[in-house]
Amino acid sequence: MSTRVMIDGNGAASEGLRLAKVRVVSAYPITPQSPISEKLADFVVQGKLDAKYIRVESEHSAMCCAIGAQLTGVRAGTATSSVGLALMHEVLGVAAGCRVPIVMPVVNRSLVSPWSLWCDHQDAMAERDGGWLQLYAESAQEVLDLILIAYRTAEDARIQLPAMVCLDGFFLSHMSDAVYVPDQAAVDAYLPPYVCHNFHLDPNDPMFINNLTPTAEYTEMRYQQAVGFNQAPAVLLAAMADFKRVFGRDYSLLEAYQCDDAEAVIVTLGSMSGTAKYTVDQLRGQGKKVGVLKLTSYRPFPAEQVKQALAPVAVVGVMDRSPGYGAQVAPVATEVRAVLSGKPVQGFIAGLGGRDISPATFVKAFAKLLTGEITADVDWVDVKENALTIREVK
Amino acid sequence: MLTMKSEARGLIAHGVSACAGCGLELAARVILDVLGANTVIVIPPGCAALFSGYGNETVTKIPGFQGNLESTAAYAAGIKAGFEVQGRGDIQVLGFAGDGATVDIGLQALSGALERGDKILYICYDNEAYMNTGIQGSGSTPLNAWTTTTPGGKSVYRKDMVGIVAAHKIPYAATASVGYVDDLRKKVAKAQAATATGPAYIHIHTPCPTGWGSKPEHTIEVARLAVQSQCWPLYEITDGVNYQVTVPVAKPKPVAEYLKLQKRFNGVAPEELSTMQTAVGQDYTRLTNK
Repeated sequence: MSTRVMIDGNGAASEGLRLAKVRVVSAYPITPQSPISEKLADFVVQGKLDAKYIRVESEHSAMCCAIGAQLTGVRAGTATSSVGLALMHEVLGVAAGCRVPIVMPVVNRSLVSPWSLWCDHQDAMAERDGGWLQLYAESAQEVLDLILIAYRTAEDARIQLPAMVCLDGFFLSHMSDAVYVPDQAAVDAYLPPYVCHNFHLDPNDPMFINNLTPTAEYTEMRYQQAVGFNQAPAVLLAAMADFKRVFGRDYSLLEAYQCDDAEAVIVTLGSMSGTAKYTVDQLRGQGKKVGVLKLTSYRPFPAEQVKQALAPVAVVGVMDRSPGYGAQVAPVATEVRAVLSGKPVQGFIAGLGGRDISPATFVKAFAKLLTGEITADVDWVDVKENALTIREVK
Repeated sequence: MLTMKSEARGLIAHGVSACAGCGLELAARVILDVLGANTVIVIPPGCAALFSGYGNETVTKIPGFQGNLESTAAYAAGIKAGFEVQGRGDIQVLGFAGDGATVDIGLQALSGALERGDKILYICYDNEAYMNTGIQGSGSTPLNAWTTTTPGGKSVYRKDMVGIVAAHKIPYAATASVGYVDDLRKKVAKAQAATATGPAYIHIHTPCPTGWGSKPEHTIEVARLAVQSQCWPLYEITDGVNYQVTVPVAKPKPVAEYLKLQKRFNGVAPEELSTMQTAVGQDYTRLTNK
């Protein structure tokens, strides 16, 4: 029913799009996403994917092509990263507003400036309110599985929202792992052929899509998107339950690891979650009652589930991989604080520009939580002491 | 509420809210009349977005999508690809954008589609400025023309957009004018046929009474004078190399005759007019020698 192969996160993303039988691929390479663009081109040339490959000249055009193709009634595939995602920003809003359920792997990478090729979550977080679902993978296996789950959810008639499946640049995109790649027949049974439930382009049934909309209707059309989001948690959970039935792997909107009796829990996103769980195991061995709450779904934010999971926990920290400038705390911590009214939540920022979030980072963060060193300020837990004199210009 | 007592015969309804004497409106009606109902149109924001409609109403009887200012060609390419993989490659996909959305911000996406050989028809209606947003200068605004962002007259020449397109060696490219509708109709038909093998491009001169300060009833006259003064030569290019002037102008009228019907050239000094006349003649000679 499936084959176990050694592939990296980009390979897993490509397999996910292949198994979803995307019919049009419009792709533009960007580090560390390029292998996805390359692999999809290979699939098409080798006949492993029956699709038209459009070698576009920018990420902006990649998303426009995908939107255009999907509006004719076929699945369209693309992928991006960092400044490529930022370049798409304008038309990500078109996909969301036109309710075009594109599923796109986003290989998370820092935004400029300064330039960095490496992982953090600033790219996706900059799009967090743009109307796309955002799922975060911890492993290459999760990349593949979440793509299929995302398709099931995004295309559901009640949802009709585009979805990003986020995978950490290099940590996941370039790290080989043993991944179960399901059979096409099994995927076909799980993921039915794409059906347009909303806007479509067809000379036999003409409609004009995305024209100027008066104030009297704009709010209502935005509200329709909000209703889609409101229904997304239940539809996601149903897609995950069905996934477990067909493929045997268990997913949820979040994963509470050693949280039941924990005195301190850190909320995580993406590949850092594995490191966090490892660190928890180590600290548990030393008698410290700590846990991890990994978020798989960031958009929609599973507020009720987070509230329940963290209700018995005295001290909560959130490890953000983006700075959230000007906010009280970074993006994930903002959400967690909002659902834990009154309880102190320590925001941590780490792992920017590809810096490793190592077990030592979590040990340090847990130590602060366990000793009650909670502050109102965000804790840049891995920042160097000489931060203000690095490349200082006098 | 206004009740329409007769249905428009073409693919565009009555009552488009274009300005009086708008050259674009005539162009749009003619183009869709030639292309027929098996067409999907992509329109960016701009004057042509009046044809997209407003709210729950549209002006076109064919399906359409209002895209973004810089990516008409990319949307068209995606739509075409979507139809092709479904065995519906016979559906004509038309990108219909103004000079701002083509010559300036949309140039990159257009170049990408032309280079890839996407089988789309791209038509630029050129009213020589960003008219929908208030007569700001574009890359297609001619030398010495007044706009709100070239208040002293534009100090540089316009981009040779058709030359840029031809450099991609696409099957068919042409200029056209609303002053020569028969020529336009033939070129749209040729362009449509050419999209069986690759991209086709038409650049239509569409006078804008509002932006040019010409009288609405003079639109066709202004358009014809542009051609007859050699300011807007009508020609076509096949495969990027074979140039053919379709409406030869052996005895050109003076450029001044074309300019005098428009207020936007009111500030042109005699020596500037002389420079324009010389440049127009040289351009025409170069064109006919190709």
